[in-house]
Amino acid sequence: MKLESREDLQISRKQAINKIKKEDCRILICAGTGCLAGGSEKIYKKLKEMAEGIEGISLEFGPEAAHIGVHQSGCHGFCEMGPLVRIEPWNYLYIKVKEEDCEEIFQKTVLKGQPVERLLYEQDGRIYPEQEKIPFYAKQTRLVLKNCGHINAEDMDEYIAMGGYEALEKALFEMSPVEIVEEILKSNLRGRGGGGFQTGYKWKQVARQPEKIRYVVCNGDEGDPGAFMDRSIMEGDPHKMLEGMIIAGYAVGAQEGYIYVRAEYPLAIKRLKIAIKEAEENGILGDNILGSGYGFRIHINRGAGAFVCGEGSALTASIEGERGMPRTKPPRTVEQGLFAKPTVLNNVETYANVSMIIKNGAEWYHEIGTEGSPGTKAFALTGSVKNTGLIEVPMGTTLREIVFDIGGGLKNDGEFKAVQIGGPSGGCLVSNNLDVKLDFDSLKKLGAMIGSGGLVVMDDGTCMVEVARFFMNFTQNESCGKCVPCREGTKRMLEILERIVAGNGSLEDLDLLEELGEAITATALCGLGKSAALPVLSTLKNFREEYVEHVVDKRCKTGNCQAMIKYVINPAACKGCSKCARNCPVGAISGKIKEPYVIDGEKCIKCGACLDNCPFGAIYTEN
Amino acid sequence: MDYITIDTKRVPIEGEKNVLSLIRKAGIDLPTFCYHSELSIYGACRMCVVEDERGRIFASCSEQPRPGMVIYTNTKKIQAYRRLIIELLLSAHCRDCTTCQKNGTCSLQELAYRVGVHAVRFLNDKKRIALDMSSPSIVRDPNKCILCGDCVRTCDEIQGIGAIDFAFRGSKTQVMPAFDKTLAETDCVGCGQCVTVCPTAAISIRTNVTQIWNAIDDPNVRVVAQIAPAVRVAVGDSFNIPKGENCFGILVAALRTMGFDEIYDTSFAADLTVMEESKELAERLEKNEKLPLFTSCCPGWVKYCENKYPEFKDNISTCRSPQGMFSAVIKDYFKEKDEKDGKRTVVVSIMPCTAKKGEILRPDNFTEGRQDTDFVITTQEVVRMIKQVGIQFEQLEAEAADMPFGVASGGGTIFGTTGGVTEAVLRRLAKEKNYKNLKEISYMGVRGDELIKEATVSLGDREVKIAVVHSLGKAGELLEMMKSGEAGYDFVEVMACRRGCIMGGGQPPFAGPRTKKSRMEGLYKIDSMSNIRYPDENPVLLQMYDNFLAGKEHKLLHRNLAE
Repeated sequence: MKLESREDLQISRKQAINKIKKEDCRILICAGTGCLAGGSEKIYKKLKEMAEGIEGISLEFGPEAAHIGVHQSGCHGFCEMGPLVRIEPWNYLYIKVKEEDCEEIFQKTVLKGQPVERLLYEQDGRIYPEQEKIPFYAKQTRLVLKNCGHINAEDMDEYIAMGGYEALEKALFEMSPVEIVEEILKSNLRGRGGGGFQTGYKWKQVARQPEKIRYVVCNGDEGDPGAFMDRSIMEGDPHKMLEGMIIAGYAVGAQEGYIYVRAEYPLAIKRLKIAIKEAEENGILGDNILGSGYGFRIHINRGAGAFVCGEGSALTASIEGERGMPRTKPPRTVEQGLFAKPTVLNNVETYANVSMIIKNGAEWYHEIGTEGSPGTKAFALTGSVKNTGLIEVPMGTTLREIVFDIGGGLKNDGEFKAVQIGGPSGGCLVSNNLDVKLDFDSLKKLGAMIGSGGLVVMDDGTCMVEVARFFMNFTQNESCGKCVPCREGTKRMLEILERIVAGNGSLEDLDLLEELGEAITATALCGLGKSAALPVLSTLKNFREEYVEHVVDKRCKTGNCQAMIKYVINPAACKGCSKCARNCPVGAISGKIKEPYVIDGEKCIKCGACLDNCPFGAIYTEN
Repeated sequence: MDYITIDTKRVPIEGEKNVLSLIRKAGIDLPTFCYHSELSIYGACRMCVVEDERGRIFASCSEQPRPGMVIYTNTKKIQAYRRLIIELLLSAHCRDCTTCQKNGTCSLQELAYRVGVHAVRFLNDKKRIALDMSSPSIVRDPNKCILCGDCVRTCDEIQGIGAIDFAFRGSKTQVMPAFDKTLAETDCVGCGQCVTVCPTAAISIRTNVTQIWNAIDDPNVRVVAQIAPAVRVAVGDSFNIPKGENCFGILVAALRTMGFDEIYDTSFAADLTVMEESKELAERLEKNEKLPLFTSCCPGWVKYCENKYPEFKDNISTCRSPQGMFSAVIKDYFKEKDEKDGKRTVVVSIMPCTAKKGEILRPDNFTEGRQDTDFVITTQEVVRMIKQVGIQFEQLEAEAADMPFGVASGGGTIFGTTGGVTEAVLRRLAKEKNYKNLKEISYMGVRGDELIKEATVSLGDREVKIAVVHSLGKAGELLEMMKSGEAGYDFVEVMACRRGCIMGGGQPPFAGPRTKKSRMEGLYKIDSMSNIRYPDENPVLLQMYDNFLAGKEHKLLHRNLAE
């Protein structure tokens, strides 16, 4: 039904709330990419089928003629424990659910209201039936991700029932565009894409351009390895982002918006398409939104998977059909962005913050987070941490709280070594930095950046040189090839790092790395290039001794660097059976039968065939 | 007035768009690879980075000047960055400098020396990529490319073609035609404007020098040269001769020394073109068909029109280009003599143009199945030949071209610059031939740098609308305007290169604004000093129409369109 006025929307909201209320039992099966890969689709189908079978019968836990809602939701965030199933009204969270568990879930929980204990989360001997009580969730402040996992992302009514589009109502009917810009400016909302630039300031600049055709663009080209905050928002609560974009469009006087999503996010694209279609059908998008006279349309553009297209000018070039390469500024995007028109370009999470600010006001927003960086930040917590997943915390939360309280500490009780923050554009934070408050400014001081919010936790088994090499390889592959420092400089840095991990580095190489890194940072054309050397420079700064060990002692104490591992035969254990020598593909092992054999380190290619074949366990490796 | 401070010197801001222009105005030749005043700002080479008083480093090409800025261009840091950038470029470059075509004129080589790169600390493991030899005009050698993008932007922004662009990412980035095609498979017209901006030998002229030496060496071959108008005002650039000076006579002397048998002036054929094209215009105007008449002298333009605007193909004059007419005439002229002497005539045309190398291979430029022009060598190649034999060019005494084709009008000579063809045609069509009329024509608005020039002239009772356009990008715009009905003309002169043949793809490269201007002035000076100004007053030509050419006009002077 087309909503033609504010009142229509309010009526529709009441109906939507009633619709949810009617559900005596609500089963939310996570349909985020991770849980889908874990088989949540089958669980959904099974539970749905079972629920349909008993529709309308009376249940033990109370209601007669019960109505059971089975829905696929967006990402719940606790990806480590997926597939996840949440059951309301008890808010049970079942983890690592399999198709076979459905019967029991149904019998016990749906029909009787009792939890299936074996599927509940357990930590330090305590069982947590209720999702919100689990430490992983309890320590978070989920505002942007509030609806993720709690609503059916493919049903706009659910978003509306949760108070969705209330901010749009307020913006269109109670505020002028100037007031909206002022409110965002006052909130000091800073871009969640990495730069931390003031969103309100961007909007203000676009709003005052003489050119009347303007665009609103959403950067959904989340490319950092290990980051999936934006994807989860697009998949789990697409309307929240659309609402932010429409408000932005109204505030700056734009009639059209573009969402640039990576083609690797098919589910996000699918959900966005559904959301846009629903919004259009209901009069939330299109001409004359809710009868306000304001019209706005949103298009989706799929990116071909270039990391550099997350850079503003490369992104707009890509939408225009050009090669995604950053250009020199000025003119800036706010002056001449998409199709050379003034353009507001923000990322997914930034837009998802807008509706809260408009609804609750800038002052409310300032109560969360820090003075200079208000609000929350979503992070993708991955690596050697117990509870990997999607989290949201107030700005200014310390790394310790994130890694140990929310993340549950390190996997296999390893020792904390570092965190790579901000992906290939960020730097590493070490144990000294555990109590630093994470916000835009304090991280900048440490030579790192929040970036889009990837947090990769590393334990003492991680080789930092290898980490640096990994990110440099990524950046070199993703460099657009335009400016010399980034194109050639990262290539040379990568070569040097490859040399070092192969055991062929020298101390001069470390100086050369620093010289290159510093020059690239100073002279590269765009943000990608300027930050390309950060992972190397920050590991060099914090773990120089590890680099020195690689180049001087030719040793990698973590054993990550394959080339530096030594295969050794323990003469005491060796029976001289010659099996290792016969299995060695390069003839590196020699000896006499019934006497201990020896491995020639020069010839050895570290394939491990000898170790695998020794019947006496006489072969071991030295790092 | 607002000022900025550059290396402690106060420099006034006088409308400069970027800091780089101000730095150069201040007398510091800050090096760049990717900055060209006629192209969009690209900002890729990073050679022009400077530092401000707060230590901020930025590329001066893309920074707007702000009053009060304090800039340092040569701090230790900046010098180190500049050196490292060159070192990085060299680390990915095929460094066979000693045998490279561009040795001595290569910007990368020059800057490496200038900024003091004495060693390259990085290994070069780049795989050799095959050369693209598909075009008769230019050669693409990706191994020498530094990815400054000058060629890409020239082809796209100036010429409106876009035959090449960037492909792949990171250090695997290449400039190439789309989908790994060869140049010959693209819309490339061979204009060679990419060659003129390429700082290295990544795109170079397809050279034919060896074949010329072979022909000269062969006693059974009569080697006939024709020298195009624009060559004479540019060839001196490569020797210590003032820019724009007429070197025709010296070049004739040099070619004779090298062993050419007959040396003629292509301006003579330009006179022929004027006669034929004027006739054609008059006919079309009378019949009021296939208007506007487009000129056909420029092979880059002809190919562009065929590729992108085939609907206008029939509007192009059926005349061969001056080169084409001349070669056909020369071959025919020597036919009997060759048979008698037991020789074979080889026509070598010395051109400012790389597209001419393609034109001679077109069947519509053949006479009875025979290729008329055997080889085209560009100004750059003739310079290389002169240097090979060690001729002290600047010390030579000027000599006259051979007869009978050594006489040309001033009108034929100005073919080498934009508006020249039109001016010569107008001279032909003028009723009164006198100084006043010459002056009137020269002030009609067909001269100068403006990219689209318009003029109207009365012919009988008809107002003939004329347009002169140079650079293919602008030609495309003009055609679009004609298609939409926004513009309409009777005669349109098109030159593929900006400013015409004087800035052709085969001319000595890196011509700055002053050189461009003096080449143009050079041609007009030759014209104004000519005894014959009107093409139709060329006595040799008139005589030829009466006897030798009689009845053969169509065969020798027009394109064989049946092919």
